[in-house]
Amino acid sequence: MNTEILGIVLMYVLVLALAVPLGRYIGKVFNHESTWLDALFNPLDRLFFQLGGIDPHRPMTWKQHLVALLTINMIWFIFSLFVLTNMSWLPLNPDGNPSMSADLAFNTSVSFVTNTNLQHYSGETGLSYLGQLTLMLWQFISAGTGMAISAVVFHALRERTTGELGNFYGFFVRSCTRILFPIALIGAVILVFNGTPMTFEGKDTITTLEGVTQHISRGPAAAFISIKQLGTNGGGYYGPNSTHPLENPNYLTNLLETVFIFLIPLALVFAMGRVVRRPRLAWMVYGVMTVGFLLLVVPSIYFEMKGNPALADLGIAQPLGSMEGKEVRFGPAASAYWAINTTCTSNGSVNAMHDSLTPLTGLFALLGMMINCFYGGVGVGFLNFFVFIILAVFISGLLVGRTPEFLGKKVEAREIKIAMLVALLHPFLILAGTALASYLYTTNPTEYADWLNNPGFHGFSEILYEFSSASANNGSGFEGLGDNTPFWNLVSGLVMLLARYLPIIGPVAIAGLLARKKYIPEGAGTLKTDTATFGIMVLAVISIVAALAFFPALTLGPLAEYFTMTK
Amino acid sequence: MEIKSHLLPALRLTLVCLVFFCGFYTLIVWSVAQLAPNQGKGLVITQNERTYYVNVGQAFTADEYFWSRPSAVDYDAAGAGGSNLGPSNPAHLAEVEQRIRYFLEHNPGLDRSQVPSDLVTASGSGLDPHISVEGARVQVKRIARLRKVPEETLRQLVDQYTEAPLLGLFGTARVHVLKINLALQNL
Repeated sequence: MNTEILGIVLMYVLVLALAVPLGRYIGKVFNHESTWLDALFNPLDRLFFQLGGIDPHRPMTWKQHLVALLTINMIWFIFSLFVLTNMSWLPLNPDGNPSMSADLAFNTSVSFVTNTNLQHYSGETGLSYLGQLTLMLWQFISAGTGMAISAVVFHALRERTTGELGNFYGFFVRSCTRILFPIALIGAVILVFNGTPMTFEGKDTITTLEGVTQHISRGPAAAFISIKQLGTNGGGYYGPNSTHPLENPNYLTNLLETVFIFLIPLALVFAMGRVVRRPRLAWMVYGVMTVGFLLLVVPSIYFEMKGNPALADLGIAQPLGSMEGKEVRFGPAASAYWAINTTCTSNGSVNAMHDSLTPLTGLFALLGMMINCFYGGVGVGFLNFFVFIILAVFISGLLVGRTPEFLGKKVEAREIKIAMLVALLHPFLILAGTALASYLYTTNPTEYADWLNNPGFHGFSEILYEFSSASANNGSGFEGLGDNTPFWNLVSGLVMLLARYLPIIGPVAIAGLLARKKYIPEGAGTLKTDTATFGIMVLAVISIVAALAFFPALTLGPLAEYFTMTK
Repeated sequence: MEIKSHLLPALRLTLVCLVFFCGFYTLIVWSVAQLAPNQGKGLVITQNERTYYVNVGQAFTADEYFWSRPSAVDYDAAGAGGSNLGPSNPAHLAEVEQRIRYFLEHNPGLDRSQVPSDLVTASGSGLDPHISVEGARVQVKRIARLRKVPEETLRQLVDQYTEAPLLGLFGTARVHVLKINLALQNL
């Protein structure tokens, strides 16, 4: 078998083999069950709570959870703005990099606090080491936020009838210290031993074998890269992210970084099964997500390995496949696999330049972000999927003529309205944003000439990709887009804000409302939600919403480009 | 007011996280790095008293070296990046066409269909340290002529410097351009 394909099979088998036990562990952490790491982490967590002045046992309602989440996120945002606009005189700046402009600092702060990691700067020239470490802090705790809020939803789904859903800070600290910290540490150590820099010294200067002077950016990269992969953050230490040979030195590190993309999103599905005490439901969710993921990833690998048809027309050989924007040490198969991993999960790191992907791979990457719940971001991926479960319950209920129920709770008009609003917000932000930018560009192409790096349909794809990435809190880009301008910084910043917090508020509200309702024991007439039939129903709802919302826009971008190239 | 009661704990918790993740976690990784090769400052190789970074690709454009891949940033390791040109972009196709012609000019006797795509396309980082095995083999004839060594010696050198897939099973085979060029110096 082809070694490139074999590498991909290994990546998936490995992540699944790790995610199942990790899911069990996360379930225990969320349930406050004892684990073998307690001896280490109980005292550590106590220290966090004591210094933070927090009682982790005080239960909160769903509204209190949201207030706690929004308050602490606001503090992070303000702190981030301060650091990024003052880096030039603050310590740890050996390369003498400048502070950010206000609009870029706004975009970057929103981007990292919302777990998006869209980057309108390049790490080598745009950040001091202090700036990098500050953003690394958000990578830990924005992922912790997502995990904490998913724990709240899991608990709401488990309880028979209750308004009290655990303590937000408790879930948050436990997620950060017991899950993210130890795994990130293991990853960082492996990276360091494979050549990723971890130093506070500034740039080095060498003379190449051909006698040219070359400056080499370094820094505390390994610590940063590990958590950026693990927490579905995705913001690169260096400008070109994990294509950079210091950020991702070899096939082994690529394996590690790829596994980290999927690890926690996948494990959380199994953690849900444990907390809710319905392992079959977890396997249903896993099944739907996996089918969806495979439908996107298999053709992407095929198209990248086949090569660019326009280059085939030039008469050259493409023994590896499409190589523009790719690295030889990974090859097109591992690059296509990563591209779909990173867009399905809202990670957004890249190991190949997405702008140079062949048109249909670009389309599948876009679809991953547009659907945004095939595994999804840490914590929030399940929340997005939960919205589609609620919609599928409702539609199935209508089809068979029964009151819709989920896990013993009646799903009524109020929950459906919230679910529908959340499901429609994402397409609205993407399409309205793309429409606005396209309108501005077409009415004044000379003024906005610097926006697009590619003409025609592909240029439109660059705009569509940017808004999909912002709204999915993904962070990858068709990086040809000239996006460090006040327009892009502000507009994509606003999209990220709305697309982070509303899809958290909605599902938490639904779960909170359901938890308070009277529990109706399951009977012969109950719609079973842990079956393959219901799984197909959920997949159908997801596909219909995505197709209706996005097909026209995709036709104007990647599909049009594909058909003009294969004419 | 509810927000007020959350403000102080949130602020204090943020500071604790700051100390733990930016301070403690970073310090552990940095300490471990002191045990790693070259103390976490990047892997290097030294030859003839000159030091090179193993993982950072260099520009090789002289005919008597194995060429490295085209780079959108001219191998600037302080501002890395790709071309971000789309697959159908006419400017991109024209650029590739120009590179093919340049390659054929400098490698007479070769046919277009023998030019592997990685030698005429820019990498994602602009710092790719590798070329494909085909990309190395196709340059043997030119280098043998200029360096006046038998082609067979160079073919063996390419085989010797071909890095196998991980455990021989996973990923791509490739040739490290800097390492093979350093070996050329020693022939």
